Amino acid sequence: MTAIVSAENLTVTYDDFLALDTVSIDVAPGESFGLVGESGSGKSTLLRAIAGLSPVTSGRIVLDGKPLDAKYRDKAFYRQVQMVFQDPYGSLHPRQTVDRLLQEPLAIHGVADAERRILRALDEVGLGSSFRFRYSHQLSGGQRQRIAIARALIIEPQIMLLDEPTSALDASVQAEVLNLLEQVRRDRKLTYIMVSHDLGVVTHMCERLAVMKNGKVVERLSSADLVAGRLSEDYTKNLMVASKGFVRNAVA
Amino acid sequence: MSTMLTVDDLRVSFPTRTGLIEAVRGVSFTLGRERLGIVGESGSGKSQTGRAIMGLTPAHAKVSASKLNFAGIDLLTAPAKVRRSLRGSRIAMILQDPKYSLNPVMSIGRQIVETLRTHENVGKREARDRAIAMLEAVQIRDAGRVFDLHPHEVSGGMGQRAMIAMMLIAGPELLVADEPTSALDVTVQLEVLGILDKLVSERGMGLIFISHDLRLVSSFCDRVIVMYAGKIVEELVASDLGNAKHPYTQGLLNCMPTLGTDRHPLPVLDRQPEWAL
Repeated sequence: MTAIVSAENLTVTYDDFLALDTVSIDVAPGESFGLVGESGSGKSTLLRAIAGLSPVTSGRIVLDGKPLDAKYRDKAFYRQVQMVFQDPYGSLHPRQTVDRLLQEPLAIHGVADAERRILRALDEVGLGSSFRFRYSHQLSGGQRQRIAIARALIIEPQIMLLDEPTSALDASVQAEVLNLLEQVRRDRKLTYIMVSHDLGVVTHMCERLAVMKNGKVVERLSSADLVAGRLSEDYTKNLMVASKGFVRNAVA
Repeated sequence: MSTMLTVDDLRVSFPTRTGLIEAVRGVSFTLGRERLGIVGESGSGKSQTGRAIMGLTPAHAKVSASKLNFAGIDLLTAPAKVRRSLRGSRIAMILQDPKYSLNPVMSIGRQIVETLRTHENVGKREARDRAIAMLEAVQIRDAGRVFDLHPHEVSGGMGQRAMIAMMLIAGPELLVADEPTSALDVTVQLEVLGILDKLVSERGMGLIFISHDLRLVSSFCDRVIVMYAGKIVEELVASDLGNAKHPYTQGLLNCMPTLGTDRHPLPVLDRQPEWAL
């Protein structure tokens, strides 16, 4: 398999705390790869390390065959890789209109034809041009997350890093956003790396996934294996049980 | 089963510059010593219903009801002093996010002791012992150490347990839990629910469990009320969820991706304007 993104023995430490402990993953082009685990398992750290937002102490990240610098990322990298964050309330500038928000990545990358692209991006995430001159406080959570997705898509990246894109949303809105993400991926042949603590969401969206705990990958498996219950680690089994909902007396 | 709380035609509205926003529009239900779930999306009025029962509705909002009765006390006409004495001692509320609802500059133990000593006349020594016993009851290991920690020093799950301990220490009869586990990991979520379940059944409390996760609520509660646009659209016995009649309830049930079902794209809610009528 020729990987489009791979992390090789990646280690991230914050002072004495080992957030990522020699983690390796390979993601094939066009694939959707899931990372699951509880809070503090290092799944978001791994995603942020790929985006250049975590202090990498050792190991390397390879994008398209070229190893990346530990700290510095150039513009070409961000042209290729974009990220959508968990909290749609915190990731949009409160004093900027949707139009201004979407213009920013275009200005940074010197992309011409802003007018047409903004309209197309809005259309693509199902919002339409009437949303163009609104502020983020005039939008609902689901609409904000759509804007965040539009902002990531507008410069036509190949790889999207999704950090719990729906966990701040209602169940009914989550379905809409997940459908949108699937649709865009199909249309543009994107590669996704998606972090979530919800096994249902990850198996729905991803073909393969890695289960993380305490900064390590404890198990790698395909979604089909997970659904069929072919698991080897107890930790994954616990996650499976937890995802099925509350059962009285199951918790002693 | 004795009725503890009666809510009849509860309305909460907020005057704004653009007119009156009706958050809750005529909600009626009764509650005994049981677990009642209230489910709905953001903006459906489920939290405002809980807050109106607690008496935590913002001052500029208007609350009206033909009956809002808790254990023989009319909550609407009760003076502020009576409501204050109810709040925390007989009716308690667990909030969503322990990060924002605990006092960041006070140790967890002191916050629990503060609640206890506000409502009961106990000595310092006894208050401390009871707080530690309560922390142990919510399955915090090494409760004596956690007693002296500040909220930022503990994890989300631990913080939520501390909040549950704080709310239960005065022995309330009615507990309103507003999305108590939404900010927590799935595994921790179940532990916290397990604790809540045990305490509710041991102490014979009434519980109102507010959440947007219909499946979770139905696995936990005895009865479920589904709210949409400030109104109750359906009331169900939790075990009878499969026979939900209202398209909104069915939509909520269907839209969650679950293990072992392969549905692309996921069914989404097709909101009908007549649901809100």
